[in-house]
Amino acid sequence: MIIWEGFSPTSQRERRCIGFNKFGVRSAEFGVRKKTDHDHKHEMNMYRWGMVIDLDRCTGCQACVVACRQENNVPFAGEKEVRLGRAKFWMNLITEVKGNYPDVEMHFIPIPCMQCGHPPCTTVCPVEATYKNPEGIVAQIYPRCIGVRMCISNCPYTVRYFNWYAPSWPEEYKRGRNPDVYKRRKGITEKCNFCLHRIRKAKENTKLEKRRIRDGEIVPACMETCPSGAITFGDLNDPKSRVYRLSKSRRAFRLLEDLGTEPKVYYLKEGQWDDQ
Amino acid sequence: MINREAIALKHSRILAPLTQTGWLFWITVIPLFLIFVWSFFAFAWQYHWGLGETGMGHPMSWTLYLVNFVFFIGISHAGTLISAILRITNAGWRTPITRAAEVVTVFALAAGPTNILFDLGRSSRFIWVTTHAQFKSPLLWDFTCIMAYFTTCVLFLYVLMIPDIGLLRDRFPGRRWLYGPLSLGWAGTETQWKTLKKASAILCIAVIPVAVSVHTVVSWVFGMQTQPMWHSTIFGPYFVAGAIYSGIAAIILVAAIMRRVYRLEQYLQPIHFNNLGLLLLVMTLLWFYFTFAEYLTTLYGGGKEEMAVFWVKVAGKYSPLFWLMVLCCFVIPFPILAFKRTRTVLGTSIASVFILIGMWLERYLIIIPSLSEPRLFYERGSYMPSWVEWSMMAGLCAGFTLAIILFSKFFPVISIWEVEKEENDK
Repeated sequence: MIIWEGFSPTSQRERRCIGFNKFGVRSAEFGVRKKTDHDHKHEMNMYRWGMVIDLDRCTGCQACVVACRQENNVPFAGEKEVRLGRAKFWMNLITEVKGNYPDVEMHFIPIPCMQCGHPPCTTVCPVEATYKNPEGIVAQIYPRCIGVRMCISNCPYTVRYFNWYAPSWPEEYKRGRNPDVYKRRKGITEKCNFCLHRIRKAKENTKLEKRRIRDGEIVPACMETCPSGAITFGDLNDPKSRVYRLSKSRRAFRLLEDLGTEPKVYYLKEGQWDDQ
Repeated sequence: MINREAIALKHSRILAPLTQTGWLFWITVIPLFLIFVWSFFAFAWQYHWGLGETGMGHPMSWTLYLVNFVFFIGISHAGTLISAILRITNAGWRTPITRAAEVVTVFALAAGPTNILFDLGRSSRFIWVTTHAQFKSPLLWDFTCIMAYFTTCVLFLYVLMIPDIGLLRDRFPGRRWLYGPLSLGWAGTETQWKTLKKASAILCIAVIPVAVSVHTVVSWVFGMQTQPMWHSTIFGPYFVAGAIYSGIAAIILVAAIMRRVYRLEQYLQPIHFNNLGLLLLVMTLLWFYFTFAEYLTTLYGGGKEEMAVFWVKVAGKYSPLFWLMVLCCFVIPFPILAFKRTRTVLGTSIASVFILIGMWLERYLIIIPSLSEPRLFYERGSYMPSWVEWSMMAGLCAGFTLAIILFSKFFPVISIWEVEKEENDK
């Protein structure tokens, strides 16, 4: 029950992950102690997961959306609920039509959670049900969440989703659910977590072999399924990784950069990105 | 003892509602009670099926419940704050209104945070806010402040009621089970009066900063967020001013109704309504000033995200509500309150009704449009409350009214000992 242990807020491992030591006192995070060189080195040794999405390659096929839904057991909403805006898309593909015939341009932009470096959503939670883990992933502790939804209202990218009802799937679909992913219940918030269970699995393997995770070893569901290879995932701390190189590309930009949230999802696009 | 009997006889008008219950009481209380019970059914329905039974969606995740939360906390403001300030400044005309103001405060403060319970996805786990508290969250600050304020207000109401409870204990032997323990052995001795005076002085001073902090922090729940037109420094004082504004309106309305129903004309005189009306006039102007400042600042220097929210409020789909708010909060009450001829009991009551509607709309317009126009261009929301939310709102208002009515059946709505003291001082 590795998954459970990871998500359980009371487990030692999780407490240390959030930044408490075993006495329940906050350690390094949030300026209790000044960062030393040792800390810095330690941080650079850690993974910092990031994603690059090449909008010039994206064809808007929505395979990533489907794959994500399948992988993470994202429930179906149904037509009526969708009209109320209650569809959940951990990976959401936005289409935008610009101009009038014959000068029509179509833009696609897949939007997962940005996994902000300074996430606005984590600090506002009154019960600490969401936190930025040491590898930079903004994770949700489902059993802890009480459904205040302040994280949702404070997310400028609106990529957090709420379980308005108990999750449901069509009968024939139920057998295909992923056993590695925690089953959410009604009344809690959920979000993209860069396929955390795949990262965990990769880590278990590398721990046995006593090595670091290689570039390209972890493949989130959206990246795996993308037919045009628009999505890249990897360690932003590793200068040799593909995501690092791409994130430094002159085509790279991030959404709402001026908010200072430091997203770890980069987009690549030739020319100026115009989000109007 | 004879002295007390004389006092009780003299103020029989105040004590009358405690013993006399007419048909008016029953035809008010029974429907209110039914609505109140209905809201329990609505809550059970929502609890069982999930928050999907409300009209909320993505990105409209904070809606009517939060509006009611802010609105009721706002109403709770004037009560104690006004009565504390007027006590400290020794304003003699306050005497007959203070009790009503404090009662409104306590019950509004009980009604407001209940909305948070409705709003939670998992209401039964609400206690985790204390056991897993994260103090970086403005909601925790809010929780702390409201708890502190509620405690202070209940104490404030109770401590200043002890001499009256002592009187009631002697007057109604049949209700000794209630008044006996509550009177804390009040006998009206010199030391007891001294202690009461000291306690009320401390509470008067303590309640003011707590009251100001409560609504400031309620505003920070929004002000600390990144949403366009929420993230603003004006929110603290704006909310406090708005809270006092709606609070005074609520007091006027409650006092006017009690005056009429319980025939308290000899205590609640037009002069009191005139003075409260003047206070309300000041708050009307202050409200206009703050609203004008907020919108002008946004219009002049706002970024494109702020402007999107601005236009949707002023000229977009929320514009009818916006202009109705301006009408209710300024255009109608201002002339009524500005002229002495219309600053009567009826005039101030009418102005108060409009102000309460307007302030509710203001809370609505602060919360809903910002969420419906988030920063990213693709996510646009619309919202219409469902029957569950309307039921909860109706139930909340019914419960609030019911609580005040029942209170007036057990305790005097005008502070007898203070009225007596006032007369003796003269």
